[in-house]
Amino acid sequence: MSLLHINNLTMRFGGLTAVDAVTETIEPLSLAGLIGPNGAGKTTVFNMITGVYQPTEGEILFDALSIVGSNPHEIANQGIARTFQNIRLFPSLSVFDNVRVGFNNASKTGLFGSILQPGRYWTEEKEIADKIDHLLGMFGLLDNRQELAKNLSYGDQRRVEIVRAMATDPKLLLLDEPAAGMNPTEKVELMNLIRYLRDEFKIAILLIEHDMKVVMGICEKIAVLDHGAKIASGTPEEVKNNPEVIKAYLGESG
Amino acid sequence: MSKKNRSYIYLLVGLVAVVGLSFPLEASVNSYDMRIIINIGISMILAASLNLINGFTGQFSLGHAGFMAIGAYTASALTTLVFGSAEGVTQELLFLVVLLAGGITAAIAGLLIGIPSLRLKGDYLAIVTLGFGEIIRVILQNIEPLGGSLGISGIPRYTTFIWTFGILAVLIFISENLMRSTYGRGFLATRDDEIAAESVGVNTTKYKVIAFVIGAFFAGVAGGLYGHYNSLIRPLDFGFLKSVEIVVMVILGGMGSTWGVLLAAALLTYLPEALRKIDLFGVSLSDFRMTIYSLALILLMIFRPQGLLGNFNPKEFAGRFKKNGQSKKSKPAVS
Repeated sequence: MSLLHINNLTMRFGGLTAVDAVTETIEPLSLAGLIGPNGAGKTTVFNMITGVYQPTEGEILFDALSIVGSNPHEIANQGIARTFQNIRLFPSLSVFDNVRVGFNNASKTGLFGSILQPGRYWTEEKEIADKIDHLLGMFGLLDNRQELAKNLSYGDQRRVEIVRAMATDPKLLLLDEPAAGMNPTEKVELMNLIRYLRDEFKIAILLIEHDMKVVMGICEKIAVLDHGAKIASGTPEEVKNNPEVIKAYLGESG
Repeated sequence: MSKKNRSYIYLLVGLVAVVGLSFPLEASVNSYDMRIIINIGISMILAASLNLINGFTGQFSLGHAGFMAIGAYTASALTTLVFGSAEGVTQELLFLVVLLAGGITAAIAGLLIGIPSLRLKGDYLAIVTLGFGEIIRVILQNIEPLGGSLGISGIPRYTTFIWTFGILAVLIFISENLMRSTYGRGFLATRDDEIAAESVGVNTTKYKVIAFVIGAFFAGVAGGLYGHYNSLIRPLDFGFLKSVEIVVMVILGGMGSTWGVLLAAALLTYLPEALRKIDLFGVSLSDFRMTIYSLALILLMIFRPQGLLGNFNPKEFAGRFKKNGQSKKSKPAVS
């Protein structure tokens, strides 16, 4: 059974159709890519899946349940985590606390527990702190745990954003241009990291990316959007040789 | 001293210090100075409670005096119209009941105002809360059983040093503990980036409403203390300028810094009194206090936009004087 199924998904902003009747399926444990020229509607698709936008038409099924109309935090709690095109960390919190917020919803401590801080509060804090340190260690961020997120380098901020998303224990991770602004070495590290995430945490990953080396290198399946409509999908080889895709990227020849 | 009990030990030390200080103060300080001290305490409660909303959760509320008014009127009306004056232990117990009643009424108002208006952001929320404060004032002005624009007078003076600063100690305990816990991190995340907070499963509306309700509760309690100290409350005492005064304390002290906000509350409450004593060419400087406030704010915004103690981290500050060894860089699990 598919993990995520979007059917006939459409988003109109007034007279502009940003996403036009897109249908796509993501299988559990898969590594999928969403590509297309600038303004093709890729991020809009992400925003609809995560509840930031309500689709004008169409349905989104996650684990066979419709998530259209749910709030972003409800969707996050059902197991869809994401990162953002322009990094959105909590700048005034430390790296540790940024990740800690990702565990907030799993925490059993309520309002009075937070104020009175009984023994079980400290037990839980300790458990969560261990999990955070484990995650930060995996991503080589342990030395930065007390640093403010805004003081980190660009690449480190991107990694913290991924760690924070992983803290919510997702089944599906959406990455919006994870390789943007990275140098070639960092891109190779990122590709290894994405594969590692999928294998280690047993999740499905859908990413938007402009860097074709990254997309073709790791994705098992690619969907191409142009002007809001899906023009192709398939394996990297199929997509690469699809005339429609070449036309969308390079324009029509003579 | 284990980390777990630290906050309780601080609270206990604070409460013991309040009780211990009260006896020499009551004996030696004249009633004029005592009034200033109590007013400082009430300002501190107001500023620290608004700090939960404006500072921690980043919701710009301009209606804090409205919650204070609700608490002041509820508590004072209960004392004067229902209970009457009392003595000894009965008095203290009744006072606790009316303070809680004032706080709870203000908290309910906070809930009712918060649920619809906290969907708004920034300027819009500020305008709605400003309107709310004015509505409360106008309503109170027109309720004849509560004295109309003359207000309630002859409220017995129950507020003491111990009550004021005891409640302040509890508020500091609550806000410091909250800030370091699951809920506090939810507040801070909501302040920093709402969209990102939602994306990791934080119900930002819930956190905003909770901060609003706790802030309103303590503003209501502060109103009760105010009424039972001044013996007289009028709708005009809780006007727009009062709300602005509390907001200025929070901004001056540094949004989100409890100790900075307390310091600013003390300074701004003491300032008019200090200026009153300074005589410049036959004119009392207190006539110029609004000018001096504005000047202080302008200077602060230029030289220290984060507030007096904003971003102040005692550990980091202490760390500056220590030579710290370079820690080794850990390697990523994959490369």
